[in-house]
Amino acid sequence: MATKKVIVVGGGLAGLSAAMKLAEKGCFVKLVSVTKVKRSHSVCAQGGINAAMNLKGEDDSPLIHAYDTIKGGDFLADQPPVLEMCLAAPAIIRMLDRFGCPFNRTLEGNLDFRRFGGTLYNRTAFCGASTGQQLLYSLDEQVRRYEAKGLVEKFENHEFMRLVLDDEGRARGIIYMDLFNMKLEVMKGDAVVFGTGGPGLIFKKSTNSTFCTGAANGRLYMQGMYYANGEFIQIHPTAIPGNDKLRLISESSRGEGGRIWVYGDATKSITTPEGKTIPCGRTDEPWYFLEELYPAFGNLVPRDIASREILRIIELGLGVNGESQVYLDVTHLSKDQQHKIESVLDIYRKFTGEDPHKVPMKIFPAVHYSMGGAWADWPAADDPDRWTRYRHMTNLPGCFNIGESESGYHGANRLGANSLISCIFSGLVAGVEIPRYIDSLSSSFETAPPNIYLEALAKEEAFKHDLLTREGPENVHRLHDELAEVMVANVTTKRNNKDLQYTMDKIKEIRERYKNISLDDRGSTLNQTYTFANQFAPMLELALVMTKGALLRNEFRGSHYKPEFPERDDEHWLKTTMARYEPEEPDIFYRPIDLRHLKPVKRDYAKAKKIKPTLEHIPTNIQLPI
Amino acid sequence: MTCTLRIFRGEQGKQYWEEFEVHLSPHLNIIAALMGIQERPINKKQKKVAPVVWEQGCLEEVCGSCSMLINGRPRQACTALIDNLIQASGSTTITLAPLSKFPLMRDLVVNRDSMFENLKKVRAWIDVDDSYDRGFGPKISPQVQEAMYILSTCMTCGCCTEACPQVNAHSTFMGPAPISQVRLFNANPTGKLQAETRLRPLMQKEGLSGCGNAQNCAKVCPKNIPLTESIAVMGRELGKQALKDLSRPSDA
Repeated sequence: MATKKVIVVGGGLAGLSAAMKLAEKGCFVKLVSVTKVKRSHSVCAQGGINAAMNLKGEDDSPLIHAYDTIKGGDFLADQPPVLEMCLAAPAIIRMLDRFGCPFNRTLEGNLDFRRFGGTLYNRTAFCGASTGQQLLYSLDEQVRRYEAKGLVEKFENHEFMRLVLDDEGRARGIIYMDLFNMKLEVMKGDAVVFGTGGPGLIFKKSTNSTFCTGAANGRLYMQGMYYANGEFIQIHPTAIPGNDKLRLISESSRGEGGRIWVYGDATKSITTPEGKTIPCGRTDEPWYFLEELYPAFGNLVPRDIASREILRIIELGLGVNGESQVYLDVTHLSKDQQHKIESVLDIYRKFTGEDPHKVPMKIFPAVHYSMGGAWADWPAADDPDRWTRYRHMTNLPGCFNIGESESGYHGANRLGANSLISCIFSGLVAGVEIPRYIDSLSSSFETAPPNIYLEALAKEEAFKHDLLTREGPENVHRLHDELAEVMVANVTTKRNNKDLQYTMDKIKEIRERYKNISLDDRGSTLNQTYTFANQFAPMLELALVMTKGALLRNEFRGSHYKPEFPERDDEHWLKTTMARYEPEEPDIFYRPIDLRHLKPVKRDYAKAKKIKPTLEHIPTNIQLPI
Repeated sequence: MTCTLRIFRGEQGKQYWEEFEVHLSPHLNIIAALMGIQERPINKKQKKVAPVVWEQGCLEEVCGSCSMLINGRPRQACTALIDNLIQASGSTTITLAPLSKFPLMRDLVVNRDSMFENLKKVRAWIDVDDSYDRGFGPKISPQVQEAMYILSTCMTCGCCTEACPQVNAHSTFMGPAPISQVRLFNANPTGKLQAETRLRPLMQKEGLSGCGNAQNCAKVCPKNIPLTESIAVMGRELGKQALKDLSRPSDA
């Protein structure tokens, strides 16, 4: 049988997991990445990776992990993939342990675990406070091993530009660009999987790496891929404001005991989640407002809640020095505890010049993660059509999507330390499903008509020529600033319909003006101005998807908070937002959510206790991809 | 308040210095200054020029992208705060140049492929049988984990290679980073099983014998990896391997 040829776009945790699994299954993998895969944004993940291994004597279990994840996501996630991810998580940690990932250890030499937000259990494995970097390196090493064996070929510093679809609409390859010489090329394969990360750069300043433009997903969306739940953008409560980016201060700083506070002001009052009015602490004394408002979870409430409360405190005029910032304090922690988060404390020190061992850090919420992304299929283990559908395949046959660029696991809000596990799990799933998909094909790309590649290439050549010859007065970087300004102001923590409508209009105005840009660089070597100008077109389309989804969704759910509609509205809005590309603006439709394991309950973090949740209808024939 | 970024830019054989004026703000780093130049590429002579190109990624010193020579020293541009640079040098002119030990692509971008090729040469990975669930790896003490973690934070950024006088046009020395990676994988209880396969490449001419003990590498490593210690440890390991080889019956 001929070797299956698969294209993997993106070399973060998801893409590398997929590449590794595919190579292990005997596929030949071409791995395309805008950077050296070892530099992918996954390295920025700090605090850890969740797996309910129950090594702390807490009676934790994957089912409780699934319950926490579904509830943390405010019931917006389809439940079968969440369940399987949580079931597979312990095996994934053991796999990484065998790969040599330097997880922190107990005195006995076992893996150590810490607590993270949205759970009452210590289920987060970690490597100091640079867990993402260490996990990525472990997978990078394994993929390099397959590269040395000739099963993986890397195309680093190359960017995906367009999917090539055959006459039946199946993915048969891509058009990609060499970022050194700007040449467009054709790459052929029988399946393409995308793990291209989040779209943080749409907001310009976020906790994301500068690679995270969302352009790959935007391009796929413009080619007909459905984009789901785009309006759900996670705002991380604790980041350091900066000129070039907003640097994350890990949730693990609170997991290890860090506390958020401001100076109190008893003359002011605030409403608790239970509707009581209480004073804002005692005047001029530290007020640990999350601990007072949420006694059960305290500083470890889910991120959407922490970000909203910080904003509320700042709006009350209680920000540190009257500015948009609150204290995150780890000065009281023991040396051992501080040592476990040394790498983030180091970042704070390097960028602010202040020593967080001695003075509290000053932080503010920042755009961090997209729960939304490509819509991808997930036949559950006991669905009758399980084996005729393909997990993680988008609505475009042969085009798969995984990791942060996909939408499947986190619903309306992602819990801390769940991103790394969802990236690796979805990558492994794709690695198992893609060979099965290719087996189902009646012909390979080798017999596909050559014109499908030539036409796709011609379209990209034409757009490149168009961009390089535009002669208008607009500057693409300034348009980016304008886009970011409205997106940050109107499509982050707190939303309202008037400003969302204004944002829709503004994005369209920017899109018009984008036709009149001219590039300061028209060369053919490392032309980063052109590269960005090209990315900006799909970024604008995704911005419209996020904004329109938010505009239409008249309720409060997870990260989507609209004071005009202050309650979760399951009757009308317990459904997945789906965006289909239209040139004017996205066509939005909705899909029902698969709630087969757990009926929606109130999302309470003020009083909740450890419980043994009951998940219904758990299939008996689950086959994990590991 | 302003400062001057004096940038060595251009392509191979056509490099030149160009100056840009940058307005200072608190905690301004080199990356933010370059972003400003990208948006408004006007040099100090008020002439519009091609935007400067450079590599960047995480901007928090964990990805290794933005290595360059800043005032002559190889380091990450993201953590290079302009206030600190001015304070240290006493001058408001800051020079930026591409790393010199790698092929120049354009402006501040070089091609660091060779560093990744070296990771292949020294087999910098654990040879696991597969990715299926075979239980935990071996137990490891917190002390050993801590030591391995530090070695494992190497971002393959190239600063050590740049600083090493033994890496030059007349030598094939692979530089300190891959040697330290061998130490990492040979310290792992599973990695140890294949230790010899990683020691062999270090015995070649591009291997450990190329080190001249200048000790620049450890001084410039942004992650404070004890590179000279790694080289010393691997030197002892190579010695032990050489003894073993002597006592081993030859294949002939």
